Amino acid sequence: MLWKKQIPLAITFITGLVFGIQYFVPHRTSENLFNAYVDWEIVIGIFGGILAYISFYRAHTMRIRKKAPAWQYSLVAIGISLLMIFFGFIQGTETGTFFSNMYFYVLVSIEGTMFSLLAFYISSAAYRAFRARSAQATALLIAAIIVMLGRIPLGEQLSFWKLIWSNAPSFTDIANWILNIPNMAAKRAMNLGIGLGIMMLSLKIVLGIERSYMGSGD
Amino acid sequence: MQLSTNIWVWLGVFFTLSVLSFLYKDNPFYKLAEHVTVGVSIGYAIVLWWNLTVYPRFIIPVFENGHFILIIPAILGLMMVLRIVPKWSWLSRYAICFTVGGGAGMGIPRSMQASVLRQLEATMLPLSLNSATGINNIVIFIGVLTVLIYFFFSKEHKGVFGGAAKIGIWFLMVGFGATFGYTVMARLSLFIGRVLFILQDFLGLNLAG
Repeated sequence: MLWKKQIPLAITFITGLVFGIQYFVPHRTSENLFNAYVDWEIVIGIFGGILAYISFYRAHTMRIRKKAPAWQYSLVAIGISLLMIFFGFIQGTETGTFFSNMYFYVLVSIEGTMFSLLAFYISSAAYRAFRARSAQATALLIAAIIVMLGRIPLGEQLSFWKLIWSNAPSFTDIANWILNIPNMAAKRAMNLGIGLGIMMLSLKIVLGIERSYMGSGD
Repeated sequence: MQLSTNIWVWLGVFFTLSVLSFLYKDNPFYKLAEHVTVGVSIGYAIVLWWNLTVYPRFIIPVFENGHFILIIPAILGLMMVLRIVPKWSWLSRYAICFTVGGGAGMGIPRSMQASVLRQLEATMLPLSLNSATGINNIVIFIGVLTVLIYFFFSKEHKGVFGGAAKIGIWFLMVGFGATFGYTVMARLSLFIGRVLFILQDFLGLNLAG
């Protein structure tokens, strides 16, 4: 119990207390302490990386060994990762190498397309969700349409009222106003809540009230 | 039109179409693209992890510059790796607690500074009805205040308080709509990028005229 729970909790409390106070101490020693902590965290992070890579290879080799459904894809994932590592260390990572081509032509292509797929799904979801059922839902719909129109060159041309009054704001101007004023006000209030939430959670962790990060077991 | 002779462009187009095929339904080409992404990402991460972190931040400082103090976090790191051994997994708590404790301790004043004080400072601007900036500042002030009131659940949303909370909902709705519109357009520009890749890089069409 002492070694498995109380000492780890004491470590959390002491490091939390030290680095909570460190922020308010404008002294060289305090800065050195902070820099040393950052260096230490980088080294710990290195081993965190090892843990992550072991987990990846272990999970996929298990799938292959057990001949789980679609296990062949695990073989592809492992094979491609090993190829990347091999060429990354043998050829280097400069432009034109296998490593960089795999990144620019394969990874960027796939990830770019995956994210762009969301445009289709988000639009079909919006069709169902955005039906103007109430005044507030209508506000959401109108804000979304104006921002979408304001982000494209066509939005400027669709601002027909500018033919009558040239100084009137275009879709782009209105979209920018929505993004910079009411949108920012809402985001700022949420950020305030998030900030206070982080502080409370951090305090709970330092004081040992929140312990879920330690995992289950003794 | 001149079809590309670059094998990498062909590969890029193949995977672009493989991912787009998901719009029809889940299929082996999409699954292949998914696992290739995982494999390439892991391989990429491992090489960069070694080149940018392990070698310059651990091997050189310890074995060439003699900063043996870094052996201590390395031992903590090794304890973290022991998480995969059920019998010794509890040892990983030492490294986790060191990291989480330090992070939490740093988080308290920094979060107060960045997410609370700075945000409040940016909200408390000169309010006036005589200029566009002054009016905008009023809108921001009312928006922040009413949204905060909406998120304050310790008091029942009734009367003046409830009215303010309702105004807060309006601000939230406009904010969500704007975020939605912005996200859709960002995704669409990514899609346009992929289409241009196929038309220009692969098919060799000169769209610029």
